[in-house]
Amino acid sequence: MANNIPANLKYAKTHEWVRVEGDIAVIGISDHAQDSLGDIVYLDLPEAGRILAHGDTFGEVESVKAVSEIYSPVSGEVVESNTGIQDSTEIVNEQPYLGGWLIKVRMSDASELDSLLSAEQYAEVAEAEGH
Amino acid sequence: MSDNNLLKTPLHAAHLALKARMVDFAGWDMPVLYTGILEEARAVRAGVGLFDISHMGRIHLEGSGATALLQSLTTNNVETLKPSEAQYSLLTNPDGGVIDDIIIYRAADEEYWVVINASNAQKDIDWITQHLPDSVALEDWSSRTAMIAVQGPNAPAVVAELAKNAALMELKRFQYHQGDLLGATTIFCRTGYTGEDGFEIIVPAESAEEIWNALVAAGGVPCGLGARDALRIEAGYPLYGHEIDDTTTPVEAGLMWVVDLNKPVFTGHQKIRDVKAKGSATRLVGLTLPTERLVPRQGFAVYSGDTLVGHVTSGVFSPMRNHGVAMAYIAKEFAKTGTALQIEIRSKRANAVVVPKKSLLQS
Repeated sequence: MANNIPANLKYAKTHEWVRVEGDIAVIGISDHAQDSLGDIVYLDLPEAGRILAHGDTFGEVESVKAVSEIYSPVSGEVVESNTGIQDSTEIVNEQPYLGGWLIKVRMSDASELDSLLSAEQYAEVAEAEGH
Repeated sequence: MSDNNLLKTPLHAAHLALKARMVDFAGWDMPVLYTGILEEARAVRAGVGLFDISHMGRIHLEGSGATALLQSLTTNNVETLKPSEAQYSLLTNPDGGVIDDIIIYRAADEEYWVVINASNAQKDIDWITQHLPDSVALEDWSSRTAMIAVQGPNAPAVVAELAKNAALMELKRFQYHQGDLLGATTIFCRTGYTGEDGFEIIVPAESAEEIWNALVAAGGVPCGLGARDALRIEAGYPLYGHEIDDTTTPVEAGLMWVVDLNKPVFTGHQKIRDVKAKGSATRLVGLTLPTERLVPRQGFAVYSGDTLVGHVTSGVFSPMRNHGVAMAYIAKEFAKTGTALQIEIRSKRANAVVVPKKSLLQS
């Protein structure tokens, strides 16, 4: 399936992406993830101030078909949640890498980024899963 | 993705050509969606949508005693059907439980078509065969034919135009007509499972793809099982395995309108009478979640404060209302329209309001 996987982002096997802006990690779900879920209708997001460890569940994405937990690819403190899109969740389907970002985390250990997947590596993960 | 162990309808290749997302449904490789469940469901409400429902079983019964057979096995009154009329009915077991919900088409005095659910097809055929007198022939026409639901406010016009038969527009709900569609002998029935006007058509398997493609070209939006489920929940229609099964009687399911207790004896009638006389402890109701985006789903517990009062049987994010709607069996003291209840959705409690299930569509 021809999913959009921008080369400038890092990815988790669990289908989250990370965009690094200084010590802030902007996190969302991949195009492949939103496409697999289908129409997203509900987003549960953490409040600012929550401390996350790498791999922690920080929320859930619910589509018409299914519910999926979302995991933090990095450790740190949530500095912002994209709560403005909770009533217009289709933005995650339409723009998973732009308006559909989910949280911003102030990273406590930037070296964790090294263990994430490149776009190329993630493309293989997504491909292997198909639908 | 396609699983070779699954059954395929005559429209399987058409679904793959449309890049449908396929799922295993009752052993069939079926499209769950083409472009998106919400978009497809809204297309049906606004115009016309197409559903491959060929996975449903189609059986033909003919011969002296066919009417008596159906009278004894089903709850509705077959004798009230004139040829070219259809009725919604139930196959019930001796305990009054629902074996399946079905549509019976009367072709002649002693000739019928019966449309049954895919998930129950073998069970139904076995059940009917057990009771079949020698004078009645049962033939399974499922693989020889395809069935397409054309649904939505524009559906009758699209079908009539393609069939070049304006008289189809005049068919009343649950009437059917056998006629020509692009050279193929077709049964056009004014029925559906979406809450919209439309037809369900039965066509020869070999003509199915051409007819499907012509309906697409005429503006029909291909819709998958996801949209079909959302639409039937909005319309308050039961689905076997959710609202009804072999242990639920028509009384609690709110289906007494298709049970004729005045007709001669049918399987389970005494039990249904008893349950009706005693009154059911639970009611099947609609629930809306107007302030929530969480999706209620089958099996979720329903509370009134700390009291468990029932369970969700089906739920969906309503494409028309833009919030969750559900059907649920609720203890009768809590089943009054307007009652405020809470649905446990994972760790959260979502606020819900009881509504008549027929009114889930209206705001």
